[in-house]
Amino acid sequence: MKQSVREEEWAAWLRLAIKGDAQAYNRFLLAVTPHLRAMARRRCDQFGAPASEAEDVVQEVLLAIHLKRGTWDPARPLGPWLTTIVRNKLIDSLRRRGRHVNVPIDDVSDFLEAEDGTHEAADRLDTETVLAQLKEPQRDIVRSISLEGAGIRETAARLKMTEVAVRVSLHRALKSLAALYRSE
Amino acid sequence: MKTDDLITLMTQDAPVGMRYGRALAIAIVAGFVFSALLLVVTVGLRHNMATVFETARVCFKIVVTIVLAVLAVRLAMRIGRPGEPMRIPTLLLAVPALMVAVAVVAELVVLPSDAWKANLVGRNALFCLFFVPVLSLAPFAGLFWALKKGAPANPTAAGSAAGFAAGAVAAAIYAWHCPDDSPLFLATWYTIAIAIMTLSGALLGRRWLRW
Repeated sequence: MKQSVREEEWAAWLRLAIKGDAQAYNRFLLAVTPHLRAMARRRCDQFGAPASEAEDVVQEVLLAIHLKRGTWDPARPLGPWLTTIVRNKLIDSLRRRGRHVNVPIDDVSDFLEAEDGTHEAADRLDTETVLAQLKEPQRDIVRSISLEGAGIRETAARLKMTEVAVRVSLHRALKSLAALYRSE
Repeated sequence: MKTDDLITLMTQDAPVGMRYGRALAIAIVAGFVFSALLLVVTVGLRHNMATVFETARVCFKIVVTIVLAVLAVRLAMRIGRPGEPMRIPTLLLAVPALMVAVAVVAELVVLPSDAWKANLVGRNALFCLFFVPVLSLAPFAGLFWALKKGAPANPTAAGSAAGFAAGAVAAAIYAWHCPDDSPLFLATWYTIAIAIMTLSGALLGRRWLRW
């Protein structure tokens, strides 16, 4: 697929997602992730970080895209926004891992070009470690949604909370995860 | 944690609470209205504003501060959005700077040199240095609240831009009270007041606008 066609498709999904279409958002995230992964591996390799760190970088970048998606103006093309946020977070993440990023990562738009079907490597922050860092009810909500595959409504019923409260807690949990990566 | 699990979590959190553009708009409008009202109810508009407005110096002071405020706010609105071009909005700040420079030269040519000092010091220099930062506080708080939702590449630069914009908005409001009309006064005291806000913004942004 050509880069511009792909970018258009991603932009259409993210536009729907911002209005609340969870399916479109899921498609967007699943489409972006393999590209992020290929790029993260290449960069980790380039800066001498072990491949196991690449998946952490992927997750960190995904969280940044997620938490800052409101800064994308849907009237504008997605490419410049996405590549900038990926580059900033990537540099940040590699620096924090003690890599001297003295080669400027000028162009990360290559991640829009190459498809890479490889699957994820082992992640270092395992689920239990992550869950242990979260407060209640965030922990139960994360467990219910991510590990048990429940939706918001089901989770709310299970935990005897309102759906709004579950949504608020889930959003806070994702913020906490991003902070966890930052402090790691 | 598996990346797929993370994606499942994020999918359930699909709708955006408040769009960044809206947060910025609210911050700027609220900050401006608050500070404008603060000026009106405390020190008030200049009593003879209607009659002096036609004079070139007053008119210049009003126009140049508005131009500066608009350009500075535009810059602050862009700096938190990844992938927005920053070069042109930054270069455009040279326009108000040049306007002031030309006005200063004109003032020095027109005024006899023994009147320079009196015009530079003016009547209200200390009050200007106090009140412009006070009028900056609401737009400053608003812009930082909005920028916290943004994704600035450089938190220090973003904080400076927010402080600069808040100072410029405050200057544009204060100009409606300010009894000192000389471009010499404007170029000195307004600049110092805005610089104080820019520096405060840089210091706060460096710590607080990381994400």
